[in-house]
Amino acid sequence: MGGIFGLVLKRLLLGLVTLLVVSILIFFAVELLPGDIAQAVLGQGATDETVRAMREQLGLDRPALVRYLEWLFGALQGDFGVSLVSGERVSEVISDRFANTLFLAAYAAVIAVPISIILGIMVALLRNSLFDRVANVLTLTSISSPEFFLGYILILYLAVKTSYFPAIASLSSDMSFPDLLHRTFLPALTLVLVVTAHMMRMTRAAIINLLASPYIEMARLKGVPPWLVIVRHALPNAWAPIINVVALNLAYLITGVVLVEVVFVYPGIGQFLVDAVAKRDFPIVQACCLIFAATFILLNLAADVGAILTNPRLRHPK
Amino acid sequence: MSYFVVGYYAMLIGASCVAAYYSQRQVFLLLFSLTLVSFIVGIVGGVPALTFITTAAGALALAAGTSYAFREFLVLITPPSISRELKAAPLTASFGMFVILTYAIAGIFAPIMAPYGESEVIAGAFAPADENMLLGADQLGRDIFSRLIYGARNTVGLALLATLLAFFIGAIGGLLAATKGGFLDQLLGRTADVIMSVPSLIFALLMLSIFGTDLAVIVIVVAIIYAPRVFRLARAVAGNVVVMDYIEAAKLRGEGTGYLIRKEILPNSTAPLIAEFGLEFCFVFLLIAGLSFLGLGIQPPTADWGSMVRENATLISFGDITPLIPAAAIALLTVAVNFVVDWMLYRSSGLKD
Repeated sequence: MGGIFGLVLKRLLLGLVTLLVVSILIFFAVELLPGDIAQAVLGQGATDETVRAMREQLGLDRPALVRYLEWLFGALQGDFGVSLVSGERVSEVISDRFANTLFLAAYAAVIAVPISIILGIMVALLRNSLFDRVANVLTLTSISSPEFFLGYILILYLAVKTSYFPAIASLSSDMSFPDLLHRTFLPALTLVLVVTAHMMRMTRAAIINLLASPYIEMARLKGVPPWLVIVRHALPNAWAPIINVVALNLAYLITGVVLVEVVFVYPGIGQFLVDAVAKRDFPIVQACCLIFAATFILLNLAADVGAILTNPRLRHPK
Repeated sequence: MSYFVVGYYAMLIGASCVAAYYSQRQVFLLLFSLTLVSFIVGIVGGVPALTFITTAAGALALAAGTSYAFREFLVLITPPSISRELKAAPLTASFGMFVILTYAIAGIFAPIMAPYGESEVIAGAFAPADENMLLGADQLGRDIFSRLIYGARNTVGLALLATLLAFFIGAIGGLLAATKGGFLDQLLGRTADVIMSVPSLIFALLMLSIFGTDLAVIVIVVAIIYAPRVFRLARAVAGNVVVMDYIEAAKLRGEGTGYLIRKEILPNSTAPLIAEFGLEFCFVFLLIAGLSFLGLGIQPPTADWGSMVRENATLISFGDITPLIPAAAIALLTVAVNFVVDWMLYRSSGLKD
């Protein structure tokens, strides 16, 4: 078992290093600003005094490296500094919104993952049938559509023309859980459509790839019934690719969520990021980017570790 | 029960019976499951839902007919070597080519085809469609149809430019890394890893918040975000070519890196790179459309599909589908490119299963 722990440990360390490099990228990208933050935020018309005052307030006179380390250690403790526009603490504004975004992503994932894995396995088994071809065209269409297109179609048909669901996913703290699920159903459904299509295609590819391997042919040739071929021979080896597919697509949700939140005016971190970019509120942009990137990296890491742990060849070394 | 509903079910059941009689198993299954779905949808949604299914089926049949005709047309006008390939192409691929051609024509001849200029105000805000304006006016009273045509030029043009740049950077980097190896390979490879470990939209938002939303900035940022994908593929493909004997022979002849890349490696790695170009275009196109939708892409008054959706989104709450047309235009082009790429990948991989 030493080998497998070594592999996992190595992958975890690599993930940590990536995270560190990305944090450097996010912090120092802002340093690339023509002039500095104070000038960029205050604009051309600002007097020298106000610019100097802001520089002092932000501590821009100290070397960038010191400020980076402060920012990083602050971020590790959940402190992302102060908003340039409103003066509020970024962490206070972000934490609720981050919880909302996580809720939306989890909601979508709970629906999408089982559906897409079952459908993906089905199309892989029925490959080249009419069902497979229709599924192929449908999933391709869903992948190719921008999230806002799907979102607005759902709004048009399920909210405006029929009013089954609300078009705007505004939240309040005293909402009951079923009410919450009903409120956020359309944004979740939009994400489900996109992610399911991706996951189905990837699951299909993984399973077909697997079914082409020699040991499956061997099992078939010795007369194992088809369902047993799947359950006993294919599935144990399929977990690794399937876990990979799921984690990669959950990571994909992270990007999709930004556009969907804007379409449905959902109070999440994605919409917050877009607002901050328009206002050039850098501490918020940095914080949101770091959170998104960290989630993305962690999910990719989970995918790799999951693939290592479920690989029978690595679990039972010769 | 109107005549429409009776006719609708009569058609479906009749067609299923015909399919079953001629033992077309899959067609029968499709038609009959459509009938069953229609029962449920019809009970829940009533006649409008059935009309919707009929319209969708009609549109699908029209698309299939157009693609068939277009494929036969292409087969006739191309030389025998290409037409043999085209004859075997699936209808989806010829549909894709047809759509791409239409977009290209709209983009190139936009000023001639569009009835009005892209920022010309000709009516009141949100004026409904009349004989002058096919799709009505937008929030400032500009003709939506004209802006849609100009959008083909602006949005697709920008995406194409960014894709070309990404491809240029990625392919050169990948080929260099494969031929030179060593330190350069490591450096480029790790840089690509870092860029790919940040979600693309998030990276784009970070960069645009810093450098502003200038067209040149968008092109460069998007190109840098998507270059690593090309880099990886180019490096992998070229890596397989580099170990060939003829490369060794060329090296022994004393040829330089430039010659090796241009004359030996590139001609032997074009097929996967061309397919990747199509895929890459889809990613870039969707990213730029997303940025424009967020108001951070192409800036007004330039006509652009992403921002057109955002500007007219209020119309949706009145049940108007006009704002969806530019979004549908984006989806249609991406689907079309994907169809063609699918066919090319299938052909080049020689997959028959």
